Amino acid sequence: MTLLGWAQIALTLALAALAAVPLGHYAAAIAEGRVRWLRPLEALLYRAGGIDPTAGQGWRGYVLAMLAVNLAGFLLLYALLRLQGALPLNPRGLPGLSPWLAFNTAVSFVTNTNWQAYSGEAAMSYLTQMAGLTVQNFLSAATGIALALAFCRALAAGGVARLGNFWADLTRVTLYLLLPLALLLGLALVACGVPQTLADYAEARTLEGGTQLIALGPAAFQVAIKQLGTNGGGFFGVNSAHPLENPNALSNLLQCWAILVIPFALCVTFGRLVGDARQGRALLAVMLGFVLAGTAAIYAAEAAGNPLHLAAGLDPAPGNMEGKEVRFGTALSALWAAATTGASSGSVNAMHDSFTPLGGMVPLFLIQLGEVLPGGVGSGLYGMLVFALLAVFIAGLMVGRTPEYLGKKVQAREIKLAMLAVLVLPAAILGLTAVSLVLPSATASLANAGPHGLSEMLYAYSSAAGNNGSAFGGLTADTPWFNTTLGLAMLLGRYAYLVPVMAIAGSLAAKPRAPEGAGTLPTHGPLFAGLLAGVILILGGLQFLPSLALGPLAEHFSLLAGKTF
Amino acid sequence: MRSILRPAVTTVGLFTLLLGLAAPLAMTGLANALFPAQAGGSLIAREGRVIGSALVGQGFSEARYFHPRPSAAGYDASAGAASQLGPSSARLLEAVRARVAGAGPAPVPADAATASGSGLDPHISPENARRQVARVAAARGMEEARLREILARHVEGPQLGLLGEPRVNVLALNLALDAGE
Repeated sequence: MTLLGWAQIALTLALAALAAVPLGHYAAAIAEGRVRWLRPLEALLYRAGGIDPTAGQGWRGYVLAMLAVNLAGFLLLYALLRLQGALPLNPRGLPGLSPWLAFNTAVSFVTNTNWQAYSGEAAMSYLTQMAGLTVQNFLSAATGIALALAFCRALAAGGVARLGNFWADLTRVTLYLLLPLALLLGLALVACGVPQTLADYAEARTLEGGTQLIALGPAAFQVAIKQLGTNGGGFFGVNSAHPLENPNALSNLLQCWAILVIPFALCVTFGRLVGDARQGRALLAVMLGFVLAGTAAIYAAEAAGNPLHLAAGLDPAPGNMEGKEVRFGTALSALWAAATTGASSGSVNAMHDSFTPLGGMVPLFLIQLGEVLPGGVGSGLYGMLVFALLAVFIAGLMVGRTPEYLGKKVQAREIKLAMLAVLVLPAAILGLTAVSLVLPSATASLANAGPHGLSEMLYAYSSAAGNNGSAFGGLTADTPWFNTTLGLAMLLGRYAYLVPVMAIAGSLAAKPRAPEGAGTLPTHGPLFAGLLAGVILILGGLQFLPSLALGPLAEHFSLLAGKTF
Repeated sequence: MRSILRPAVTTVGLFTLLLGLAAPLAMTGLANALFPAQAGGSLIAREGRVIGSALVGQGFSEARYFHPRPSAAGYDASAGAASQLGPSSARLLEAVRARVAGAGPAPVPADAATASGSGLDPHISPENARRQVARVAAARGMEEARLREILARHVEGPQLGLLGEPRVNVLALNLALDAGE
């Protein structure tokens, strides 16, 4: 590890945390309907859909509207993927996708996962990238943020039945938050060297007389929203390791900042909406602490390098460089890995499959902890609030008082629903991994043998169910089995999680907000932050430890013993 | 149900027009007006022919050129790829050993014996480049001291003094050599 490495890590995290404050206040103003500078466009969208933006919806109505938009988005994207061969803006003449891959990809982008069983430059036409994938990058992100805003309203209000209007939230978050940020960031990325063109791939005559076909395309705008919306789906197959997707350390800083800034900002928004900024800061502190700890752990493991390769004669100073780019080194690769898995982005600037065993275990564990550190845009905040409810419940059990959060009594119904949500992840991840490990047709997809093979499989289902999208990329995932079951894991991780969560929101909204009493557990100080971190580790992480022992930990100790597979 | 279906269909349809066509096309126009070289992929042309992109690594194997890192993609810029081999992979260890054996005295710079994440890494470490000076100078009949000077000019430090690792762009360096800098 170097001082310069740590300085870059500190700078990126500080810039994200600082920008989160004004951005969070702005998002709160959007949530309250006070930002209206595109009013004519907004009105046009409402008129076309017959939408009354002032009509409040209960939690069921809100969720149904959300599901309808997601279903319509899925159907349109599926059709585009299947039919792209017959559609324009396809300079390479790429054919439509197989039904399996189209299903997997459409589910992946609608659920904000962006798991990619394809390679962009070899499979997707420019039209599909723009009108299909980019659109869902926006809408899936706006969906998550809208749900989080509704959850905040449920905590802020007392004795109401309505959570807001989904159509208005979706439209406003898209128009006022995501679109302007994506345009600004996209232009900055072009300045750094990310292409934005409709021209065909360039054929170059190399210095040694060979030919090199250079994939191009309208990448910068899509890369901007892929990071801002914690989607993570690369324009090119190798994602932000590609020198045209992420050309230098400045573009890397901008993209890594963009992954973290909205999830961080929504904590500030939450504090603002419930009328107590300290509540949001406590959540933000826990998120920031985990990202920092994860970065430090990955950085230490990667900077130490691979003992077998060092023994073979490699210079130990640069650390483990397999799967990493020279311009980023181990420091920026470690920071990115922690940010992209802490937040449920899933974009990568280095290949996690080739990280050292412990360096690869940390991103995997951050996903398994429930994608709340800071998690996806919106989904991270409502996931974190579920853990906050569980934390006050556990604290209440310890001291024998009725637990409450922000003056709302937390009772059996909320805790049952919260546990239902929290159990979705381990059930989907461990269940599907276990089944796949005994299917010879599934294990044939593994690129690596021994414990690392198990890690590859475990990472795939963790990433899908956590709606992350990154991979131990050696796994050949474009098979009917993986396309189907990973698609199923993505659906469960998104919808089976959020429906109980929104039911909690509905139930909390109806309760009155009692004033704080002498016996109220303060939910903003270091004590609560520590309790929350403990609950996340124990409730979110404990059930995965046996699988981590069989995968990355077993590999770590075999490596120390000099064993290869 | 109709009260949900109509807004869902119009929302997805109109946002597809706005976010999927109007915005990216506007961005393409703006990018090409403000940063035409970058928007087009930072292509380098010599005598009217594209010879590569300033940002994308290119394969070199002749002795008179500096060599890039090992690549799982063979520097095919239409199919970037990594090895995806894990840390305990016997195949990876074998490959690292073979590269170390061909790279002169240990310790070998890590980037010279490992494949990058993209398979298109345009850079090598300054130390990796320095170890290739003798070979390149001999093949070109140049003085090593002069080649070292040219190399020193091509070592890029951190951006803004803080961001990124020290590196050498292999294509830019080799172009400079061919131009008889």
